[in-house]
Amino acid sequence: MRRLARLIGLFWSTAVAGEMEYRVNFALAVLSSAGGLLGALFGLSLFFGDTDRFAGWSWLQALVVLGVFTLLDGLTSTLLVPNLGRIVRHVRMGTLDFVLLKPVDAQLWLSTRDFSPWGLPDVLLGLGLVIWAGVRLSVSPTQALLALVPTVASCVILYSLWFVLATMSIWFVKIHNVTEVLKALVAAGRYPMSAYPAAYRVFFTLVVPVAFLTTVPAETFIGRGQPAWIVGSVLLALLLFAASRAFFRFALRFYTSASS
Amino acid sequence: MIDARPGRLRRVVALLGVHYDEMLEYRAELVLWMLSGSLPLILMGVWMQTAASRPMALQPIDFARYFIVLWLVRQATAVWVIYNFEAAVVEGRLSQRLLQPIDPGWHDFTEHVAERLARLPFLVALVGLFALLYPEAVWLPRPAALATGLALTAGAFMTRFAVQYTLAMVAFWSERASALQQLWFLFYIFLSGLMAPLTLFPPSVRTFAELTPFPYLVYMPTAAFLDSPAFPVDVGRAALVLTGWFVCFAVLNRWLWRRGLRRYSGMGA
Repeated sequence: MRRLARLIGLFWSTAVAGEMEYRVNFALAVLSSAGGLLGALFGLSLFFGDTDRFAGWSWLQALVVLGVFTLLDGLTSTLLVPNLGRIVRHVRMGTLDFVLLKPVDAQLWLSTRDFSPWGLPDVLLGLGLVIWAGVRLSVSPTQALLALVPTVASCVILYSLWFVLATMSIWFVKIHNVTEVLKALVAAGRYPMSAYPAAYRVFFTLVVPVAFLTTVPAETFIGRGQPAWIVGSVLLALLLFAASRAFFRFALRFYTSASS
Repeated sequence: MIDARPGRLRRVVALLGVHYDEMLEYRAELVLWMLSGSLPLILMGVWMQTAASRPMALQPIDFARYFIVLWLVRQATAVWVIYNFEAAVVEGRLSQRLLQPIDPGWHDFTEHVAERLARLPFLVALVGLFALLYPEAVWLPRPAALATGLALTAGAFMTRFAVQYTLAMVAFWSERASALQQLWFLFYIFLSGLMAPLTLFPPSVRTFAELTPFPYLVYMPTAAFLDSPAFPVDVGRAALVLTGWFVCFAVLNRWLWRRGLRRYSGMGA
């Protein structure tokens, strides 16, 4: 475990050092994140119109959903995009060979090798928004701690979905943008599930589990969480994570490297 | 925008053919790109639900039509030239294209147009699916509305292309020109009418938005197709504004292109 932590620390410090070459761009990223959040707040306010409820959620409660979404979005650009987006390149160029030969778990290496600080402003803004709304809503510390459970589950779910899609590039080298589709669908998580018509809700719960990504953690945080949904999100996270590992092993049987 | 004397036309048509064939090879990828633009369809659901749950000036069916047309407009105006151009400059691939007897801009432009043609069958299929799922929302636009809608959509595409190709010129000076595109895209998402029809904006925000090019790229073409009092649009003004932005960026683009090319030192240049 210590070796693992040191390894990841090493990975990320080299990655950050590389990105620090582009400091102006980091400033741009901060600006983009702040602007993005402002725009998202504006978009959300449109749904409220001149009422104080949107699909049964008050403004502060809806901010928690948006905050969780912003946090996940930031984690996506910090870890998922740079790492998993690269799997397809490894497959096409045959460099996956080198990864498989390393004395580290290949899935771990592929998932943690890179770290892009570009998403950090979003992570911080999302966390800030959740905490700010939580204080205004006087969320108790125990509730906040309890909300960590579905939040961690939501991160694992998102990661597993990404990893399975990225793994598919072992067969279809041309589908690197399949993760863009996932990103577009996850954008539905900006709003609580109750804001959607019934057909959408079924799709975003059973087909692409967006409901578990933002709504369940936010509901738990504001004290409206139902035990069944929290347990469900943990089970789903475990299931999808196990599936992602099994799927990766299965896919590797079809990997034939660049020259063979 | 790009030097188009007669005689070049044949080369441009040839390029268009080449890029069309290329696009047909990547049809699976095309469908995925199409699906990745599904934000309007998600918002359609939220707005329809909102309109059904409380009295509003717009009915659920208005939102259904607005967002399906908006989705089509966005499909027809998608532009990614900055990513191509940035890669071409950073990796030095621009050098090969500079050797060809045609401005490299035509490569990107014809690629975009060809991609639109290749996308067409899938668009028709998806609109058909929408009509099956929600037959009440189907309506036949008047020919005049269809013509103005198509014209404004074409104008929106040309303007988006000119703007993004101009931002792409920054690649001559910086390795990460696409960061600028992300900033532009932010305003595009929130001010263009993609999130909600402009009529629902607070008046001050709406006035501000109409001073920027963004609503002319999405809301105005969509409203022109819909041709309904629920979505007001001044077609003449929209056409004028789009032309104005296009000309500004086209001029700026040629100026930056000439200055940037002098700096360009890619492989073999």
